[in-house]
Amino acid sequence: MASTEEIRSGLADIVNEVAGIPADDVQLDKSFTDDLDVDSLSMVEVVVAAEEAFDVKIPDDKVKDLRTVGDAVAFIQENQG
Amino acid sequence: MTSPIATATGAQHARILGIAGYRPSRVVTNAEIVDQIDSSDEWIQTRSGIVERRWAEPHETVQFMSVQASIDALERADVRPGQLDCVVVATVSHLMQTPAVATLIADELGANPAAAFDISAACAGFCHGISLASDMVRSGSAKHVLVIGVERLSDITDPTDRGTAFIFADGAGAAVVGPSDVEGIGPVVWGADGSKYDMIRQIEPWDAAIASNTSVMPTLRMDGNPVFRWASFEMAKVAREALDRAGMQIDDLDVFVPHQANMRITDAMARALKLPDDVVVARDISHQGNTSSASIPLAAAALLESGEAKSGDTALFIAFGAGLAYAAQVVMLP
Repeated sequence: MASTEEIRSGLADIVNEVAGIPADDVQLDKSFTDDLDVDSLSMVEVVVAAEEAFDVKIPDDKVKDLRTVGDAVAFIQENQG
Repeated sequence: MTSPIATATGAQHARILGIAGYRPSRVVTNAEIVDQIDSSDEWIQTRSGIVERRWAEPHETVQFMSVQASIDALERADVRPGQLDCVVVATVSHLMQTPAVATLIADELGANPAAAFDISAACAGFCHGISLASDMVRSGSAKHVLVIGVERLSDITDPTDRGTAFIFADGAGAAVVGPSDVEGIGPVVWGADGSKYDMIRQIEPWDAAIASNTSVMPTLRMDGNPVFRWASFEMAKVAREALDRAGMQIDDLDVFVPHQANMRITDAMARALKLPDDVVVARDISHQGNTSSASIPLAAAALLESGEAKSGDTALFIAFGAGLAYAAQVVMLP
């Protein structure tokens, strides 16, 4: 099972690829919309890439609950296949 | 003894012989739109890549715009209207249900008695039409087919709807399909998923609108984020399949012409496809808006006119929208 840091780091690369945010800025306490300026369409791209990278299904109605990077990392950790 | 029924035979190959668009005269800036949807120019550009769009004036009817685009497409194809055997019109915004607007367009062009009919496949309509046309040419049911994608979406757009008011626009595109010595239209990959019909839809049927006595035209609604996900990622798979079926690799492509739905969808799909940097990508939406079935021929014609694409280039067309219907094919540009 992947560690919190492994997932955070993988997610940071995805956010960098999709939205051009420096990967080092993608820390657990950061809000996707308020701190990282990831809008709802970019968030869809991040989610799809994360599903593929981490072998996890993130339903549409769960995406809005993933406010911070930490929320997303925790969700992926709990639901990873 | 009765004779057996004869089998029609057509050309071995088909291609697009000429393509052209008609852009309506009224330029509508984001500034004209923002007040009614409590938005900003910056938000619209970030969300969609749209800087301005074209809306039709009253005289620029579905028929008028179609005829203008068709005259130019026929001239570029060096085909006379009398040589047309069929006229196919893809539209969802011709507000006269019958007869098909294709019959009126064919008559105005001087193409009588060519077969003429409309098809309803929303934003995917033009690529459906190209598939039908190439099959007709190869099977022998027609030698030259005129395929038109045309919309006046401004007639069925709610100017106060934050999800669609800044997206939809008007215009027409036309292509002449005919016989060819080499293959110019690859196998179509197409499909639909009616279980997701409510993701992009007319808000209510005409009879319900009339019964409600409000005299308000039913307009279009779209669930932005689920549509974005489906269009960007599921359609990237369809695009790859269309390349496979044409016997092509992504590196063989010169031009990528996706339905001009939203610049963000185009960008996400290009990323998902790992499109090489030297492939020319149609970005006509920035100054035209989303014209549904008209967007691919408008965008392709614009790339040829500007010189960004050239005759003989290999292009991937992929169209997707309400239904959820989609169609994709590799074509040789005229």
